[in-house]
Amino acid sequence: MGRVTRSEVEHLAMLSRLELSEKEKVMYESNLADILEHAQKLSNNKELDNVEPMTNVLGLTNVFRKDEPKKEFSKQELLKNAPDSDGEGFRVPKVVE
Amino acid sequence: MLDIRNLTVKKAKELLDKKEIEPKDLVDASYARIGAVDDKIEAFNTVLSIEEINTQLNKISDGALYGIPYSLKDNICTKDILTTCSSKILYNYKPPFDATVEIKLKNAGGIMMGKTNMDEFAMGSSNENSAFKNTKNPWDLSRVPGGSSGGPAASVASGEVLFALGSDTGGSIREPAALCGIVGLKPTYGLVSRYGLIAFGSSLDQIGPLTKTVEDSAIVLGEITGHDQRDSTSATAEKIDYTKCLSGDIKGKKIAMPRQFFAKDLNAEIKESIMAAIRKLESMGAIVEEVDVSFVDYVVSTYYIISSAEAASNLARFDGVRYGLRANDTNGLVDMYIKTRSEGFGKEVKRRIMLGNYVLSSGYYDAYYLKALKARTVIKNEFEQIFKNYDVIVSPTYISTAFEFGAKSASPMEMYLSDIYTVPVNIAGLPAISIPCGLDKQGLPIGMQLIGKPFGETDILNIAHAYEIESGNGNVMPFVEGVDR
Repeated sequence: MGRVTRSEVEHLAMLSRLELSEKEKVMYESNLADILEHAQKLSNNKELDNVEPMTNVLGLTNVFRKDEPKKEFSKQELLKNAPDSDGEGFRVPKVVE
Repeated sequence: MLDIRNLTVKKAKELLDKKEIEPKDLVDASYARIGAVDDKIEAFNTVLSIEEINTQLNKISDGALYGIPYSLKDNICTKDILTTCSSKILYNYKPPFDATVEIKLKNAGGIMMGKTNMDEFAMGSSNENSAFKNTKNPWDLSRVPGGSSGGPAASVASGEVLFALGSDTGGSIREPAALCGIVGLKPTYGLVSRYGLIAFGSSLDQIGPLTKTVEDSAIVLGEITGHDQRDSTSATAEKIDYTKCLSGDIKGKKIAMPRQFFAKDLNAEIKESIMAAIRKLESMGAIVEEVDVSFVDYVVSTYYIISSAEAASNLARFDGVRYGLRANDTNGLVDMYIKTRSEGFGKEVKRRIMLGNYVLSSGYYDAYYLKALKARTVIKNEFEQIFKNYDVIVSPTYISTAFEFGAKSASPMEMYLSDIYTVPVNIAGLPAISIPCGLDKQGLPIGMQLIGKPFGETDILNIAHAYEIESGNGNVMPFVEGVDR
């Protein structure tokens, strides 16, 4: 590991919804390889194998509340930033071919 | 006109109390200073108009920050005011709401002067990743102000505002504070509500103050803490007046000095300066002892894996549908997503999204992401062990003083490795402060970091304040080239 192939970079770009130029592909191949190379000290660290993973430091638990609708914003306020809208909702390009 | 360059929040409050000045005097001085220096410093993405500022002035009547001008990092949402994250993808975004911190500052009587520049989506340590402009270091205009809160830090150091709020995911308040010679505080995870902070790494992000003195930091922090129903990760800690903990007495305080933070890659002048500061703390009665930490070889990787994984997920929301940029001439929905994101995100943001999706994808999840979460447990536990015997931990804030534009941009890995002293703090959710501890031979500021136990802001503020008073390093502000000299 520590090497990233061209097809992996292309697959990642697809997952990330990004389109990369040839130049960018070359750059990210090399950048990701550098980063993953450095990360070998982490991924090869056997002492960490039996440790419990931690996702948050405060030891938080789920916060539950009643699912009650509130009106905090008007439709107009929320549509104001939309690149395209018909005044009632967000307008997007055709979804189903 | 009132000279704002060396004015602090504390001093301004005293002048207001004695009725020697009015809020309008402070705001006029801030506005004039922005007009005089910001074409050189370029700290601001958006400066509010006189009308917008007067509207605020007309609304305030009292409060702990009555009439105090400040700036907000451009990833903190402000109602009907541009909030861009210094990204092309949000170039025109005007949020329909205020972040909780902005509501709190307004309620305390503060006056928001504008929104300050940053590395795009807070990803970077030099501010060079802004899609809009390069903010300059007020100490030397050919050097970076640090990042990602470079704009907020420069706006304070150049005297444009009396304080700023930034955000810190891996050092983004402390590092620019160090490079600009001011005080930067990253609070305990959960102490300050993140509602309205555009998310980068949700388990790491915290909002905190950038100020000229430790006392100002204590004043501002006290106004922005508190549980918020809108942020389920915000803590239910009791409200504290942090100015009351600044006793100046640090006799018997136990300070740990991790050996490994003083060995690797540390610039000799910085080491010397921090060691001198440590001797000063000892002379004031603190007990400083060396300790060991085991994680230095993998802590930077742990940070970049966790933060990039969270960023890849958080930044999926930028799709050209509800706000911001939408690319033209696209063919169907998915093509619209792809073209919008490719046009809208800069190269560092794309790099982090790709890295995040790599470590989360099947086949690599266990080796990288899960491993990083396990390392997080170890790092947090090691800090906990140290805090059983010590009140605070001391280290440098950054491996160098302010560097020249372009000096590190060729190697992302080199830039990442420089974050070694700041990232462990976010991984463990701890509070930490960077304070000035002198200048190097080139006259550039050096920062010292004090790390506290969870909700131990009182300890780090007290020790930092005592050191600041004793050393005389507080509120030493630069003369901006072409304006003050």
